[in-house]
Amino acid sequence: MTPLTGYLLVAALLFAIGLAGALTRRNAILVLIGIELMLNAANLNLIAFWRYGPNPEALTGMMFAIFSIAVAAAEAAVGLGLVIQIHRHAHTTDLDAMNRMKG
Amino acid sequence: MSLVFYVIAGLSVAGALAAVLLKNTVHCALALTVAFAGLALLFLELDAQFAGFAQILIYIGAVAILVVFAILLTRGSETPKDTVYSRHWIVGLVTAAGIFAVLGWAVLHSTVALPRETTKPEVTVMDIGNALMGRYVLPLEIVALLLTAALIGAVIVAMHDKEGAQ
Amino acid sequence: MQEAISFTPQLGPSAIAQLLWLIPAVPIVASGAIALLKQPKRRAAATLAIGSLAFSLLLALIAFAHVVTGWAHGEAIRETVDFTWIQFGSTNVDLGYVLDPLSAVMLVMVSFVGLLIFIYSIGYMAHDENYTRFFCFLSLFAGAMLGVVIANSILLLFIGWELVGLTSYLLIGFWYLKPSAAAAAKKAFLTTRVGDVFFLLGIVWLFGQTGTLLFYNGGAGSLESVALTGLLHQHAALGLTAAGAIGLLIFAGAAGKSGQFPLHVWLPDAMEGPTPVSALIHAATMVAAGVYLIARVYPLMQAGALTGGTTTALIVVTWVGAFTAVFAALIAVAQNDIKRILAYSTVSQLGYMMAGLGMGGVAVGMFHLITHAFFKALLFMGAGSAIHGCHEEQDVRRMGGLKSAMPATFMTYAIGMLALCGFPLFFSGFWSKDGILEAAQHFSLSKGPFYMLVFGALLTAFYMTRQVSYVFFGSYRGHGHAHESPKSMTVPLGILAFFAIALGAIGTPAWPWFRGFLESRAVSFELGGFNEPGLLALMGASTVVVLLGLGLGWWLYGDKSPAPEDADALEQALPLPWAWLHERLYVDEFYGVTVIAFYEWWARVADWLDRRVWGGVVAGVAWAFGLWAQLSRFLDTNVVDGSFDKGCEELSTGGGLLSRIQSGRVQTYLRLLALAVIALAAILIWSSRA
Repeated sequence: MTPLTGYLLVAALLFAIGLAGALTRRNAILVLIGIELMLNAANLNLIAFWRYGPNPEALTGMMFAIFSIAVAAAEAAVGLGLVIQIHRHAHTTDLDAMNRMKG
Repeated sequence: MSLVFYVIAGLSVAGALAAVLLKNTVHCALALTVAFAGLALLFLELDAQFAGFAQILIYIGAVAILVVFAILLTRGSETPKDTVYSRHWIVGLVTAAGIFAVLGWAVLHSTVALPRETTKPEVTVMDIGNALMGRYVLPLEIVALLLTAALIGAVIVAMHDKEGAQ
Repeated sequence: MQEAISFTPQLGPSAIAQLLWLIPAVPIVASGAIALLKQPKRRAAATLAIGSLAFSLLLALIAFAHVVTGWAHGEAIRETVDFTWIQFGSTNVDLGYVLDPLSAVMLVMVSFVGLLIFIYSIGYMAHDENYTRFFCFLSLFAGAMLGVVIANSILLLFIGWELVGLTSYLLIGFWYLKPSAAAAAKKAFLTTRVGDVFFLLGIVWLFGQTGTLLFYNGGAGSLESVALTGLLHQHAALGLTAAGAIGLLIFAGAAGKSGQFPLHVWLPDAMEGPTPVSALIHAATMVAAGVYLIARVYPLMQAGALTGGTTTALIVVTWVGAFTAVFAALIAVAQNDIKRILAYSTVSQLGYMMAGLGMGGVAVGMFHLITHAFFKALLFMGAGSAIHGCHEEQDVRRMGGLKSAMPATFMTYAIGMLALCGFPLFFSGFWSKDGILEAAQHFSLSKGPFYMLVFGALLTAFYMTRQVSYVFFGSYRGHGHAHESPKSMTVPLGILAFFAIALGAIGTPAWPWFRGFLESRAVSFELGGFNEPGLLALMGASTVVVLLGLGLGWWLYGDKSPAPEDADALEQALPLPWAWLHERLYVDEFYGVTVIAFYEWWARVADWLDRRVWGGVVAGVAWAFGLWAQLSRFLDTNVVDGSFDKGCEELSTGGGLLSRIQSGRVQTYLRLLALAVIALAAILIWSSRA
C-alpha cells in the first residue's frame, strides 16, 4: 500500500463514519457533527493529493483545503444558528419530530 | 506506511466513531475534538503545517466550541431516556457502508495512487501568503464575502424574536 | 563586576544532563495521575506527590554533585541538550535544557524546600476534603517550576513560567467558595499578566533579532557573544540598545512575578491560599522565579557595560529593587494579619534580591534568594503552625503567649526571624544581606540604594520583633487553647531551621564558596577575606542597625500583651503615618480609581457601541432586506401569480404522486442523496471496467 492509498482510505472511512452519524442520529447537532466529519475527510483527501500529486509547488490542493476550512466554519456557524432557532420554535432538536417541511 | 501514521489514523477514526456513537452529546463534542486533532496531526504528517495549524485553530478552537455552545443552549446535554438513533437507522448504516465500499473500491483500483517518487515540498507560510494574494485573490475575496454573509446571516437567524412572534 | 568567564567546551552532555528532563517531568506525570484519583484516595495522592518530588530531589542532587565535581576539577560545567519542537519552513522552534551551576543550585533548592513543604502539607491539610486536588496542583506546580529552572530555551522557560502562574492561580483560589480567595486568585493572575505581556514582547523581540530561542548553543545562542554583539549594534528608542530594551521588557515580566513595585499588589492578597502554598509558591520558589529569570539572562542585562560596569537595564533593576525593599517594609510595619506581614516582608526581600542582582551580579542576588527561600519558607510554615494551633486565627493581636504552648514552633520561628532580620554571624540572612549591602556600598553611580537598603534592614528587624512579640510573648488572647502541631509539621520546621543557620557558612567573605561555584572560580578558606577595606565597618554598622531595630521593637511591643481592641503602640505615637501604612499606602485604591475605573469606562463604551452602533447596523441590514421582501411579494401577488396559478394546478396533481417521498425528514433526503451517489459510482465503475 502506498502512502497516498493509506490516507485516501482513512479519509473514506472518516467520510463513511460521518455519513453514518448524519444518517442515524436523531439530534440535529449530532447530524451537524457528522457533516463536519465528512468535510474534514474531504480536506484530508485534498491535502493528501497535494502532497503526493505531481505539482505540489502550485499549492492547488492546499489552497482548496484552506478555502474549504473557511467555508466549513461559515457552514457551522449558520447551521448551529439554525439549530438554536429551531429549538426555540419547536422546543426540540429531535429530527424525527420535525417534519414540517413536508410537501 | 509508518507506525506514526497508523497511530494517528487510529486516533482520528476512534475519535470520529466515538463522536457519532456516544449517548451523551457533550461527550460526542469532546470526541469530535479528538478526531479534529487527529486530522490536524495527519496534516502535519503530510508536511502541510499551515493547514494543520489552521485546522487546530478553526476546528478545535472555533467549531468545536460552537458545537458545545449549541448543545448547552439547546439543553441537548441531557442524555435522552429513549434511543438516540433515528427510526430508520439501519437504512442509514447500510447506506454509509455502501458509500465506504464504493470509495474504498475506487481508491484501491485507481492508478493515481500507484507508488511515486515524491520529494518533500518546501512550502513556507510566505509562499501561501503570496499565493493567496496573487493567483487565488479572487477566491479569497469571495470567501471573505461569504464569511461576512454567513456572519450576518447567523446573527439574524439566531437573533431573538421581536414581541408579537410566538 | 567580575570579568567574563570562559567555559571549557564539552564533548557532548553527560548522562545526568541528558536525564535532566526527568526532574520536571516526573512531578508533572504524578500530578496527572493524582488528577485521575478519586477524592477519598488521600494516602495514594500524598504518596505519589511526595514520592515523585523525592525522586526529583535525588536526580537534582546527582546533577548538583556532577557540577560540583566538575568544578573541583577545574572545569566549568555547562551542558545543554536541545531539540527542535516545531519546524516552520526554514525556521525552527527549539526547546532545550541546561545544566550549569545556576540551574543546579536552583534545582536542589526548589526540590528540597518543595519536598519539606509537601510533607508539611500532610499535616496542615489533613482535615480538608479536597486533599487530592491540593496535591495534584502542588505537584504540577513543582514540575512547572523545575521546568523553568532547567530551561535552556526562553520559550520553554515561558511555558513553565505560565504554568507556574496557572498553578498559583489555582492554589490561591483553592478555597474558591470564599469570595475573597476567588478575588485574590483573579487579582494575582491579572496583575502578573501585565508583566507577562512585556515579557512576551521581549521574547519575540529577542527571537526576531537573534533568530534563536536557545540561551546557550555552542556560540549560536542568544546569550552568547555573537548574538549580544549584534543586539548592541541595534538601537531602540531613547538611547537604549536593543539589548537594553529587551532586558527591560524581560525585567517587567520578572517584576510581575516577583512582586516588585508597582506590580506588587497581588502578592499580599495571595495569602488567601492555604499556608503551605504561601510558603512554597509565594515565598520560596515562584516569586523567586523573577529573580532567577534576571540571573539567567544576566549576560543580556550586562551586555554593553560602560565604565562603572553597569547598564541602563541593571540601573533600573537596582532602583526598582531598592525602592520596593523600603516601600514594602514600611507597609509591613502596620499590618495585623500574620501572613500579610510575611507577605510584605517577602516583597521587600525580593527587592533586596533585585537590588543585589543589579549592583553585585548573579552570585549576590542568588545567594540571598537561596537563604531567603529557606528562612522564609520556615517563617511561613511556622506561621501556619501558629494559625493551626490557634484554631485558624490569623490576627496577631488575637494570638500571644505561644512561646510556652508551642515551644517547637517558637524555637524554629525565632531562628527564622533572626535570619530574616540578619542577626550577626550565626544566621544565613546576615551573610546574604551583607553581600548585597557591600555591593551597594561599592555602587559607583549613587549612594541612594545603599541608604535605602540599610533603612529597610532597620524596618525589617522592627516589624519582625513586633510580630514575634505579639504572637509568642505576653498572654494568650485568642479563643480556646493553643496546642502544638503534629510531627509532620514540626519536623520540616526543624530541618529548615537548621539550614536557615547553616547556609550562612557557604557565603562568608572568608570562604565565598557559593560565589566561586556560580562564577566557576576556585575558592579557598582565608580569614583575610574580612580585611577588604570597609568590610568590617559595614558589618559593624549592619549589626548596629539590626540591634537598633530589635531593641526599638521590643521597647514598643515586648511582653506587653495589649488587648486586641486597643490601638497599636505605634498608632498611639504616630496616628497619621500609621493610618497610611495600615491602608498599604493606598496603592490598591489608586489602581481602583485609575486602571480599573478606566477599564470599567471602556467596557461601558464597548457595550454602548455594541448596542447602538453595531446593533443599529445589523437592524438596518435586516430592515433593508425586509423592504426588499415586501417589494418582491407585491410583485409576486399582483403580477406573476395570475398566470402562474393555472399552470400550478396542473403541476400539483402530478406533484401529489411524487410528494410521497417528500416526507419532510432531512435524513430521508440525505439518505436518498447517498444512495444516488452509490448508484452513480457503481455505474461509473462498471462502465470503466468494460
